[in-house]
Amino acid sequence: MIEFREVSKRFADGTLAVDGFSLQIPPHSTTVLVGSSGSGKTTLLRMINRMVDPTEGTVEIDGEDIATVEPVKLRRRIGYVMQNSGLLPHRRVIDNIATVPRLTGVPKAAAHERALELMDVVGLDRSLARRYPNQLSGGQQQRVGVARGLAVDPNILLMDEPFGAVDPIVRAELQQEVLRLQRELGKTIVFVTHDIDEAFLLGDRIVLLETGGRIVQTGTAEEILAEPANDFVAEFVGAARGKRALHEERIGDRTVLVDGLGQPAGVLDSEGGSEAGG
Amino acid sequence: MNWLLNNYESIPFYLFTHLRLSILPIAIGFVLALPLGWLAWRFQVTRGLLLTLVGLLYTIPSLALFALLPPLLGLPYLSEANVEIALTIYAVALMARSAADAFGSVDPGVRQSAVAMGYGTWRRIWEVELPLAGPVLLAGLRVVAVSTVALVTVGVLVGVQSLGFYFTDGSQRQIPFEVFTGVVLTMLLALAIDGLLVLLGRALMPWARPSKRRPMNRWIRALGTGKVAEAVR
Ligand SMILES: Nc1ncnc2c1ncn2[C@@H]1O[C@H](COP(=O)(O)OP(=O)(O)OP(=O)(O)O)[C@@H](O)[C@H]1O
Ligand SMILES: [Mg+2]
Repeated sequence: MIEFREVSKRFADGTLAVDGFSLQIPPHSTTVLVGSSGSGKTTLLRMINRMVDPTEGTVEIDGEDIATVEPVKLRRRIGYVMQNSGLLPHRRVIDNIATVPRLTGVPKAAAHERALELMDVVGLDRSLARRYPNQLSGGQQQRVGVARGLAVDPNILLMDEPFGAVDPIVRAELQQEVLRLQRELGKTIVFVTHDIDEAFLLGDRIVLLETGGRIVQTGTAEEILAEPANDFVAEFVGAARGKRALHEERIGDRTVLVDGLGQPAGVLDSEGGSEAGG
Repeated sequence: MNWLLNNYESIPFYLFTHLRLSILPIAIGFVLALPLGWLAWRFQVTRGLLLTLVGLLYTIPSLALFALLPPLLGLPYLSEANVEIALTIYAVALMARSAADAFGSVDPGVRQSAVAMGYGTWRRIWEVELPLAGPVLLAGLRVVAVSTVALVTVGVLVGVQSLGFYFTDGSQRQIPFEVFTGVVLTMLLALAIDGLLVLLGRALMPWARPSKRRPMNRWIRALGTGKVAEAVR
């Protein structure tokens, strides 16, 4: 469990990025921090691996105040995946994935063996192992990024808008991949996005933030959709709502569900009908 | 032409001496400039101060420096060490700015990701920042190399032999062809070292090879972002 206790962060230039933030993040589930740009999501995420130290309050992992843990050691046991993958351009795919194990002293052969296995896990063809990152597509690079984040089999995986820079089709693919991985691995994932759809899809629990890292609402996707805490949430979820507020339309003998934008969302499953798409 | 037939045997000696005199300042200048450039890049305060200071060094006329160093350092006037030290100073002066630019050219996202993975500071500088600064460092080093090879010739005025000998000897004896030969050989030496550096860069930085993109695009983009130095590799 990760716990934020009354955490604030004021940067050297005076910006109060996070103001009195408290949250418990349950283990073995995906918590999504979602909010508009500048709401402090990245700052909060980076407090978990001490890339940012709070100016007030404490962050604890399994009851241990991480301010007492050596940052470099802490980071090596927490996976981190970021936008634009952050891969080391001068290292081949296999060496990128093996980076953290190599830092912690795992022999090269063993680290490479494990890296190849991880390529299978994230759905990358092993033939790409000897390539450099700039010889991969954006989606492939993100997969390498995820594999690298998983390399030391960390309990905690931090993901900062990992799919923000890939096209919608690949993004959807990667999101499914994360869902699959999470079913298999059951990590504690803290996922940052400003895409509410992505949050609803991936999050077991969603934390809606506004400026200063102030929590507006937490809950499951269903809870937030059904009962937005206030107008801000209603508006933030609004776009999604328009799409999600489905109504029925009869077409022939079938009932088709149409969303707020007039797009058919699917076919209502009736006794006589075949499987609806989904 | 006659001169060449009678004197070609002296060429290897001067060529080799010139090469020997060039390599040390280039290498030492490069190594010294790395920490200076890193500090200049890392700290705003040192940046202005350091780069101005180092830039001023480069404006000292070389002949003056050759003459000034011996009394300052207690070296004999005709010693090679004078020239070597003076050229190293110029090399550092030129290279420090390139090095600062080179460290500045490292993608901050990649640097952050190295931190996030648990690189310690030194290891990050050595294994991530230095290699990624490589292409811009190489561009700077090539300028330093060519400039140093050219400057070595001035040493002949304080008695340190090199291909520069053909300049002074040729003008004293009024043999333009001898001067011309000296110039061509100096240029060839500079080109050869430059070519070697390029090959070395390719061998050490296979990842930096322009992949499938067309070279022209690189230039246009480089000009657009003002990062011409990055394209020159
Ligand atoms: N190193 C820094 N120094 C000063 N201010 C900073 C720093 N990092 C972030 N901030 C400021 O803190 C606030 C929160 O930034 P943060 O990066 O956490 O937002 P975010 O929610 O991740 O936004 P985005 O969706 O754009 O990534 C912003 O106002 C930002 O300008
Ligand atoms: Mg962010």
